[in-house]
Amino acid sequence: MTLATFVIQLLNGLAGASSLFLVAAGLSLIFGVTRIVNFAHGSFFMVGIYIAYTLTESFGRGSALGFWASVLAAAVAVGALGFVVEILLLRRIYKAPELFQLLATFGLVLVIKDATLAIWGPEDLLGPRAPGLRGAVSILGRPFPEYDLVLIAIGPLVLGLLWLVLNRTRFGVLVRAATQDRDMVAALGVNQAWLFTGVFALGAALAGLGGALQVPREPAQLFLDITVISDAFVVVVVGGLGSIPGAFLAALLIGEIKALCIGLGDVSFGGFEISFSKLTLVVEFIVMAIVLVVRPWGLLGRPGGEPRHAAATEPPLRPLHGYLKLAAAGLGAALLVLPVATDGYVLVLLIDIFVFALFAVSLHFLMGPGGMVSFGHAAYFGLGAYGAALLVLRAGLPMETTIVLGPLVALAGGLLFGWFVVRLSGVYLAMLTLAFAQIVWSVAFQWDSFTGGSNGLIGLWPPAWLASKSAFYHVTLILCVVAIVALRHLVFAPFGAVLRAGRDSPLRADAIGIDVRRHQWFAFALIGGFAGLAGVLHAFSKGSISPETLAIARSVDGLVMVLLGGVQTLTGPVVGAAVLTWLQDEIARRVEFWRAILGGVIILLVIAFPQGIVGFIRGRFMREVT
Amino acid sequence: MTVLQVEGLAKSFGGVAAVQGVSFAVEAGHLLALIGPNGAGKTTCFNMLNGQLAPDRGSVRLDGREIVGLKPRQIWRLGVGRTFQITATFGSMTVRENVQVALISHHRRTLGLWPRARDLYRAEAEALLARVGMADQAERAAAVLAYGDLKRLELAVALANTPRLLLMDEPTAGMAPRERVELMALVAGIVRVEGIAVLFTEHDMDVVFAHADRIIVLNRGELIADGVPAQVRADPRVQQVYLGGGTTFGHG
Ligand SMILES: Nc1ncnc2c1ncn2[C@@H]1O[C@H](COP(=O)(O)OP(=O)(O)OP(=O)(O)O)[C@@H](O)[C@H]1O
Ligand SMILES: [Mg+2]
Repeated sequence: MTLATFVIQLLNGLAGASSLFLVAAGLSLIFGVTRIVNFAHGSFFMVGIYIAYTLTESFGRGSALGFWASVLAAAVAVGALGFVVEILLLRRIYKAPELFQLLATFGLVLVIKDATLAIWGPEDLLGPRAPGLRGAVSILGRPFPEYDLVLIAIGPLVLGLLWLVLNRTRFGVLVRAATQDRDMVAALGVNQAWLFTGVFALGAALAGLGGALQVPREPAQLFLDITVISDAFVVVVVGGLGSIPGAFLAALLIGEIKALCIGLGDVSFGGFEISFSKLTLVVEFIVMAIVLVVRPWGLLGRPGGEPRHAAATEPPLRPLHGYLKLAAAGLGAALLVLPVATDGYVLVLLIDIFVFALFAVSLHFLMGPGGMVSFGHAAYFGLGAYGAALLVLRAGLPMETTIVLGPLVALAGGLLFGWFVVRLSGVYLAMLTLAFAQIVWSVAFQWDSFTGGSNGLIGLWPPAWLASKSAFYHVTLILCVVAIVALRHLVFAPFGAVLRAGRDSPLRADAIGIDVRRHQWFAFALIGGFAGLAGVLHAFSKGSISPETLAIARSVDGLVMVLLGGVQTLTGPVVGAAVLTWLQDEIARRVEFWRAILGGVIILLVIAFPQGIVGFIRGRFMREVT
Repeated sequence: MTVLQVEGLAKSFGGVAAVQGVSFAVEAGHLLALIGPNGAGKTTCFNMLNGQLAPDRGSVRLDGREIVGLKPRQIWRLGVGRTFQITATFGSMTVRENVQVALISHHRRTLGLWPRARDLYRAEAEALLARVGMADQAERAAAVLAYGDLKRLELAVALANTPRLLLMDEPTAGMAPRERVELMALVAGIVRVEGIAVLFTEHDMDVVFAHADRIIVLNRGELIADGVPAQVRADPRVQQVYLGGGTTFGHG
């Protein structure tokens, strides 16, 4: 790399950092004041770019004034959207446990995505370039877009403006006070509701601005919501939750490192070929993992600044009552004889339900008794699936052995990643699991020669004796039921009890001789194995796997299943998995805008049943039973 | 016999010297009261004794063995039980399960995968609960207990590993006056029979003068008095601190 390309890459990094900073600053601001982790923040960015596309197409082609007015108008429109969302939705759930808030904002992601699809259609839309800034300047003899120079200036400009607002206005004083101590603001007699609305609208507007500014640089696309939110999460966590200068610093750091990776391309070190361009997909997650391990509260964050665990203490767990056990056994028996009576399609759906029930139960074990919320549980599902597939296809092992070896691969992954993960807690822990999942995903996605890259692996058929759908159905049913029963048993075993103890009060657990981290680490690995088993069964039921198997969407599905069913119950995740799998399958086949419906259902469920479906039933009808 | 020997213990938080060069000793079978106004550094002392905080300076010896630098869970294994000023219990478990977990840890069976935790050491747990007067509440969730009962539960948990030394940070806070004296009488009984050494803090002077064998007084991180109750009561500096601070002595 010559000096000139190096400098150009640095400038590219700065330009990329600006938009990232705007989105992350909004996210951080909202988190700091409302303590809500807003999953829909990427959606605000996406809506910003779409609205800006429409406006600039009409008003921004000819005049610079029209262009910039369009960009600002898009930001204001998104701010208004945030305003409405806060009043209609978030207001109702500030008191709900933080995970339900997350779930609700995820429902919002789905609704906004389909609304965008309905309004703008599925094609990528590239807006006009900014009038007056269409050319390039020459830097060290290389062309550099004029527009990007303006972007570079906008980042610090917005940082400065935010600083002024936060330090020189009454609104800013309140925002800072609320970020430091929410109760204090309530005590000061400030109208909290409007402060929260204002902050949420401002944060949304910043995300919208970040999107709108990208109009000349990248097309408006429907997947931007998820990619942007994961980037923004990374920036916020690296910078320190609630710290705006931290977000700025982190955005610069990550923007630069990404740009350098692109610039470096493929480099060979003494015979080793290192592809830095391939690293760009994961490099931010690697940075986050390192920062979190070295400075768990982020670069400029404060220790202890993370949200409290707002979930109410759950009632003592009790083993299933006699007649519920009987009912469960009856259901199992009915499922066993079912293939006689139904066709292939129902069996396929049920196999999916069994697999995801196991996936959800394993995630629940981590989240509930383990007290560790994982945003990257799909990694272990995928490690199991890929492990088994690779052992069959590359090592020629029979499928039967991979039912044991596949989960062991996932367990090994859990052992490795878990060692880092258990050093953190709360949102930071969740983010680190996400980082590791993204790293695994990107390896599966990019290692064409081994994992099949984006196409994945095909031709994973079970041996002859399992070839019929009903035989595979039976094996899946039995394995999943055994695994779920084993996990349930584990919750009540000394190991499970000690984990619950460590979750309830790490202080007390430590004071009675329990090494909480060590137990959490073992649990993390063990649960990886269980999720891996679900992954193995999934791979063989489909006959193929792709990186989708371990993508973020799958991790989110798992969270939705657990929360839908109720995190404080043991039967909840099974119900949640069945409901979500069935809904996804059923609505997706019949309705065009199924995501919006699913999102709407999730939002309604969160508002109506903050304890989840099973939690609700239990609270309502069977106080003393489950 | 000296169980705990503390010398020159010190800790600062930023500029605040919370504890400055404190030295004292606790004998087996004795109750030593650590008193002092709010913010005197009592809890900070406790946190250094059980390994939760690393002292800036000083030494802590348990039965002659230096324990500074050990983690709380290691110190517990050496026989130090602790109750917290702000109670720390397992809210999602029943009262009995709280004690059972401590017993499971004591017997090193925390990695057990097969038995049910609620079936393990049940009788032992119930005996401990009976000792602190909580037998009839064994099935209740810890999260719903009254504050005084939480303190009793903490005591049962702290006794689970038959400690050599018991550290009790305000063990009777939140109780009615009569309950306080009763609870301390109970502790005193256990301590004398089993030869446990006890260090406790307490704001209720009735309790202190009724049960402490010795009293040490901490003010702004410094030890200002050390002696039997009658000596401490007569100490002008102590009177100064307490009268100055608006707190009055009870009569013992
Ligand atoms: N983690 C900490 N960080 C900063 N300062 C602390 C910390 N813990 C205690 N302090 C300070 O150290 C001093 C001693 O506090 P400590 O809690 O030990 O007092 P105490 O004697 O237990 O008071 P109380 O009777 O109210 O329980 C106080 O000034 C307190 O503010
Ligand atoms: Mg104290």
